[in-house]
Amino acid sequence: MIEKIKTALDAVKDPEIDSVSVLDLGMVEKVQFTNGEVVVQLLPTFIGCPALDIIRQRVEQVLSSLEGIKRVTVEFINHPPWTSERITEEGREKLKEFGIAPPPKQMGPNGEWQIECPYCTSTYTMMENVFGPTACRSIFYCKQCKNPFEALKPISIWM
Amino acid sequence: MKITKPEELKQYPEYQEALVELLFQLADDDFILAYRGSEWLGLAPHIEEDVAFSSISQDTMGHAAMYYQLLEEIGMGRADDLAHGREASERRNAILLEEVNGPGHYLQEPRYDWAFTVVRNYFYAQAKKVRIDSLKNCSYEPLAQVAIKINMELYYHLMHWKTWFVQLVNAQGEARERMIQAIEKVMDDFGGVLSLGNKGSKMVEFGLIDSEEVLTERWIQAMKPVFEQANLTMPNAFQMKRGNGRNGEHTSDLESAIATLSEVYRMDPLAAW
Repeated sequence: MIEKIKTALDAVKDPEIDSVSVLDLGMVEKVQFTNGEVVVQLLPTFIGCPALDIIRQRVEQVLSSLEGIKRVTVEFINHPPWTSERITEEGREKLKEFGIAPPPKQMGPNGEWQIECPYCTSTYTMMENVFGPTACRSIFYCKQCKNPFEALKPISIWM
Repeated sequence: MKITKPEELKQYPEYQEALVELLFQLADDDFILAYRGSEWLGLAPHIEEDVAFSSISQDTMGHAAMYYQLLEEIGMGRADDLAHGREASERRNAILLEEVNGPGHYLQEPRYDWAFTVVRNYFYAQAKKVRIDSLKNCSYEPLAQVAIKINMELYYHLMHWKTWFVQLVNAQGEARERMIQAIEKVMDDFGGVLSLGNKGSKMVEFGLIDSEEVLTERWIQAMKPVFEQANLTMPNAFQMKRGNGRNGEHTSDLESAIATLSEVYRMDPLAAW
């Protein structure tokens, strides 16, 4: 049953980036199933993100339509904190397909990031704005292929 | 002492009282400053700043919502009601944070003061950072967990305001002059941001947060190098010229802000958001 639930959760996409699912983003902390009742614990990405409520509703929706599930509870928990390191390898690839660079895995000593252009993979890029159209994204420009693009902001515990 | 769940609080009424007070201070500070930030939307100095500032305000409103949520879990009422439905005299935010952005109104001839905005936000973000670092060790675990989460977003806010501050105080002419005036203005009420109010000593006793003195000293230590590098005199008096918001003292700026931001809420308080 847990497998069936996970497959269903993979269909719940980020409402603002519809190529990546809540699993790809590393938002699913725990799934429990007992006697027809499923409890899903999710980690919020950015606290003020308006997509969180939509995600909650969609998780409830897809799981309640599964056979054998009578009750669905979705909880947002703060521990452990979500960090951008939780995004899976697959998730990172899917972000690129959507035209969004995945967050850097490492940052320089002064907090600088090196970001690869999701279109041409060049590292000849520059940050235009650390803040972007949504709480989780920054705005970049690729000097190689001359495309503007967005990157997911690194969020890490050492900050 | 460690408290891991809101239900455990019932055994410790005094502890709960101090915790509730602290949560209202944290929530109300972020809430009103996020509101003041939202008034800048479309008016910031350039478009990239509009994107950045509105993103910061959205994060900050999210932080307030999280604190109100913690209050809701303790049984203090619905988070939405706590945010919109409380009178000015019930609010615990620092007076500095409720002050208008400048003369005018955001819908009509706004003559907002960017120097004041940069100084207020930078000094506040640093004070918030000091507080959040202390709250990571809070004896009330749900709050410690929230602090860890907020800290990661605050990192970007602090970096943003520091960049503006350093650039403007190092600029020639009017910019530096106006920044110095803004620092003086902010200092008149900055004591209110650093204050923990009448119940501060209880908060410290219960291991909720470090003392006002310790937090203030950490703020000074963090700011000193920035002031020195810019050849500015480090302020040494943190005043509360217009009173202490932690104890419910406020100005008419807060009353008109609440009237505006709760206008829709008051039309139908039971509506789902």
